[in-house]
Amino acid sequence: MLSKIIVQGLVSGGIYAVLAVGFSLIFGVGKILNMAHTAFYMVSAYIIFYATSMLGLPLPASLTLAIILTTVLGIACYILFFNRVKHHDTTVMIISVALAIIFQEVLLLVFGGHYRGVPPFARGFMEIWQLRVSYQHLIAIVTSGVILIGLWIMLKKTGLGTAIRSVAEDREIANLMGMNVDRILLIVMAISVALAGLAGGVIAPIYMLSPLMWQQPMAIMLAAVVLGGLGSIGGCVLGAFILGFIETIVIFLVPGGAFLQGAVSMSVMVLVLLFRPEGLFGVVFEEERL
Amino acid sequence: MNYLYMFYNWIKQAIFAIPGRVIALVFFIALFCAPLITKSEYFLGIIVLSTIFALFAVSWDLLSGFTGQLNLGHALFFGVSAYAAGLLNIHLHYSPWITIPLGALVAVAVGLVVGVPALRLRGFYLGLVTLTFPLILLGIFFAFPMQTGGELGISGIDRLASSRVAEYYIVAVIFTVSVLLIWKLTDTKNKVIRLGILLHAIREDEITARASGINTTLQKFIAFALSAFFAGIAGGLYAHYMRIATPAALELFFSFQAILWTIFGGITTIYGPVVGVFILYPLLELLSGVPWGEQLRYIIFGVVLIATLMIMPEGLAVWVLDKLEIECPRCKLINAFTRKKCRACRAPLRIKKKTTV
Repeated sequence: MLSKIIVQGLVSGGIYAVLAVGFSLIFGVGKILNMAHTAFYMVSAYIIFYATSMLGLPLPASLTLAIILTTVLGIACYILFFNRVKHHDTTVMIISVALAIIFQEVLLLVFGGHYRGVPPFARGFMEIWQLRVSYQHLIAIVTSGVILIGLWIMLKKTGLGTAIRSVAEDREIANLMGMNVDRILLIVMAISVALAGLAGGVIAPIYMLSPLMWQQPMAIMLAAVVLGGLGSIGGCVLGAFILGFIETIVIFLVPGGAFLQGAVSMSVMVLVLLFRPEGLFGVVFEEERL
Repeated sequence: MNYLYMFYNWIKQAIFAIPGRVIALVFFIALFCAPLITKSEYFLGIIVLSTIFALFAVSWDLLSGFTGQLNLGHALFFGVSAYAAGLLNIHLHYSPWITIPLGALVAVAVGLVVGVPALRLRGFYLGLVTLTFPLILLGIFFAFPMQTGGELGISGIDRLASSRVAEYYIVAVIFTVSVLLIWKLTDTKNKVIRLGILLHAIREDEITARASGINTTLQKFIAFALSAFFAGIAGGLYAHYMRIATPAALELFFSFQAILWTIFGGITTIYGPVVGVFILYPLLELLSGVPWGEQLRYIIFGVVLIATLMIMPEGLAVWVLDKLEIECPRCKLINAFTRKKCRACRAPLRIKKKTTV
């Protein structure tokens, strides 16, 4: 039981963390509240399903294809829609909701409303300290860990990372310092959507696919981002793991837990926010304090 | 005779001189005359649901547009009231005239609870926190299917009135009164009811508002309570009109629909959400009647929404009124676009700009 909770908690926490980091990046840098973030993750999972089941491609090839196609789709959405109305925050949000609905309906039209499954990358399991971990879960955990650490290094050590952080801090000053803000926003959007696509690819063999699969992770992802503190990458990773573990514990230990998983983790978020309104690691500016 | 003439004069100045109000008058007349033109239950049903959803969207605009307290889980008030009205009706057999106000009061209580985080959070933080409340409640409802009906919801609620036309007029009258009331309450130029200007001040700059002596805590609670009350009335009407209260009334998508409608029509305007609902909801319903419409309707809905927002990011109603009305540069009176001089002070409305070299 305990081993199941730990493994499942690490898997869902890792996936939520990858999603939350992508969402938090584009929100922090571009003030774009992209409600379609998990819709991109769904699109990626469906592309993998299509590539493996219909075209018969091997899994690594279809994963690459899914990430590339999702990223291209995300960049197209950014250039065509978000970029043009980015001065109206709520309008951007509404457009992203509309996009998510369109993706959902297109997938419903093409694949129907049935639950779909993708064959696992690798069968079998291994034992680590008497924890029985299937290779598929191991892949998910390792991938999310590598991605998160890689992103951390990219943001802290490289020139591009410094540019991204400076644009997030103050767009005008960054522009005056000679950074091409528009290009950086585009790059951040591409990274963010690619992360969503990767998350979708990793979970595709674990969870069932359905055109409504984007809604539940979106709520948890938003909760994780708020819990950790908007604009803090480390915070939202921690928030995602906290919520992932709470969700898993509720599923395994509480009767009727599958219905309550979202409710409990969100109640935890609300409680934390009542005592720390800026989230666990959020930054409060003096003028923003009430 | 003299009074009649004064009344005519007032109508002329307050309504006929302003294109936006002429449109509103025509809309309300059409709303009340619709049952005289068509007896089709299908069309009347679409209009009734549009009015209910319009009230819901207007209440979102009151809270999030006017007061600036972004609420992404507005379906909470609607759903709670619908469930409360339904349960009261099923178990205690109260008539709709009691259950709807009681449901709205339950929604107000919930609204005050939701208002507590709003004292400490703002902007997208508040939005994301409010978004979770209906989802938490939904999880609880699913976990206790005995009391709440689970996925199927509550069915067999009493009808609002015995005939469809009577139901239509009840909903239409409640809608008209509520919307005009909200419009009056949020009027920033009103000297007697100062709620509008207070809420406006909180939205623009909360710290300055507090520094100017406004009790922002109280005003925010008032905004939450009012908004929840009207959303609750809409929810109760919906439960009694559809005769069911389902989990769909609490879903994320339903909260977003209020926002979609409002932003489509124009936020912070009160008439914007009404315009949005009365265009988008019938469009969605009528599309399901045509071949392929059932499958494609949400795609068309999304495309129409995005296309409109790309052309008019401020919303449809605001864009149209901007074309139809001109504000006098001197006395700030609203004039029709056909005039060249202000109807009160004769100041020229359009000053030709000198071409700069």
